[in-house]
Amino acid sequence: MKELVLKEIDDLIIKSLGIVAFISFFVGGVISIQTALNLENPLIPKSLIGFATRQSIILEFAPTFMSIIMAGKVGSFITSSIGSMRVTEQIDALEVMGINSLNYLVFPKLIAMFFYPFIIAIAMFLGIFGGFLAGVYGGFTTATDFTIGLQDSFYPFHLAYAFIKTFLFAIILATVPSWQGYYMRGGALEVGKASTNSFVWTSIIIILTNYIVTQLLLS
Amino acid sequence: MIKVTEIKKSFGGDEVLKGISTTFEKGKTNLVIGRSGSGKTVMLKCMVGLFKPNFGEILFKDKAISKMDSEAHRVLREETGMLFQGGALFDSMNIEENVMFPLRMFSNKEKPEMLLRVNEVLERVDLKNINNKFPSEISGGMKKRVSIARAIVNNPKYLFCDEPNSGLDPKTATLIDQLIQEITRENNITTVVVTHDMNSVMEIGEKIVFLKDGKLVWQGSNLEIFKTDNKDVTDFVYSSDLFKKIRNIQLNEH
Repeated sequence: MKELVLKEIDDLIIKSLGIVAFISFFVGGVISIQTALNLENPLIPKSLIGFATRQSIILEFAPTFMSIIMAGKVGSFITSSIGSMRVTEQIDALEVMGINSLNYLVFPKLIAMFFYPFIIAIAMFLGIFGGFLAGVYGGFTTATDFTIGLQDSFYPFHLAYAFIKTFLFAIILATVPSWQGYYMRGGALEVGKASTNSFVWTSIIIILTNYIVTQLLLS
Repeated sequence: MIKVTEIKKSFGGDEVLKGISTTFEKGKTNLVIGRSGSGKTVMLKCMVGLFKPNFGEILFKDKAISKMDSEAHRVLREETGMLFQGGALFDSMNIEENVMFPLRMFSNKEKPEMLLRVNEVLERVDLKNINNKFPSEISGGMKKRVSIARAIVNNPKYLFCDEPNSGLDPKTATLIDQLIQEITRENNITTVVVTHDMNSVMEIGEKIVFLKDGKLVWQGSNLEIFKTDNKDVTDFVYSSDLFKKIRNIQLNEH
């Protein structure tokens, strides 16, 4: 089981780092630039750029929208890999050997996804770092103003809120695509359909969970 | 020995198996034949526990599956090997890991000991130096051989094969058939093969069970099947031009 979990950590977490880093860095930069371009009133301090970047990245972009992106990457991977095993009788082979195939296939993925908050932490860091570089080196703000904004009105509970929902999204990302793959029937075409369904349903459930958790924890 | 008594299996309102009773003998290659949709694979899947029959019993050494406790079930699983139609090799594992898989699941052997056994069975199915290849890197015939190796690595007492030579060229198909028969005799195991290939029937059909529309309509050996008057069987056996010609020659000779 240890080998399976390590393999899933590699497939689901480590191999997602590249895309997560790339998207986070540039989206952070765009948030910073967009905020700066919308600050027309000279009375509004430039530190708002750092503040808005931090709030956007920590509260929504990193946990929620990165999870939607991961529903496409990790979710489709999980559904198609399990679905292919169903189509090619590999799941039947496990059952004939007396192995609880659902447990064998899904449990390591669930455990691996417990490392998902590390990805989101990296997304938060790189998003804000991207915002800093775009803001400062794009000439929209100074390093001092951006840093003041980053530290302004910081509530540690916002981080806790972000990681609580990240943890819930990790469970959704592991289970919904697994369910779609495990219980699919048919051939290769149905594997494709199941992957699409997996993305749609995972996204819907993440968005609804996000709404409920926000209502419960922040309102 | 495996005994099947009056098994019935339905999917929704569609009754696929309609009360089949037969015996599959130890040390023999038992064939289940019939046209597509006759219920052969469903019967096999009932025997290996992938489907639960709605009625009837399947007995392994006179013990009914439905009355086995969890330990007896585990032992039965350990004693069962299965060759799937497409091989069902695990894509994420190389050949060595695929064949070693049942050993890792059922035995407490150390890896070098397991590796010895893996190499032994791979050699038995005439495969060498492919341990580190992945299933996607080998041919269909090789996949079937690896699947046989995986099925026998744990010294099973029961071997089930679902259309073992489908999609293979005639020469490779014959080799696979011969391999299954040799393994059955060497290890004195009970082998059940589902097929609709008449070459297999002629080559290895020591006992043949013929199904039609979910019912057993005839059983006998490969020597008897060419002499039977059962119309369903003769329609099936002589459906190919080759067998029709052979039959005409035999009739003319007599």
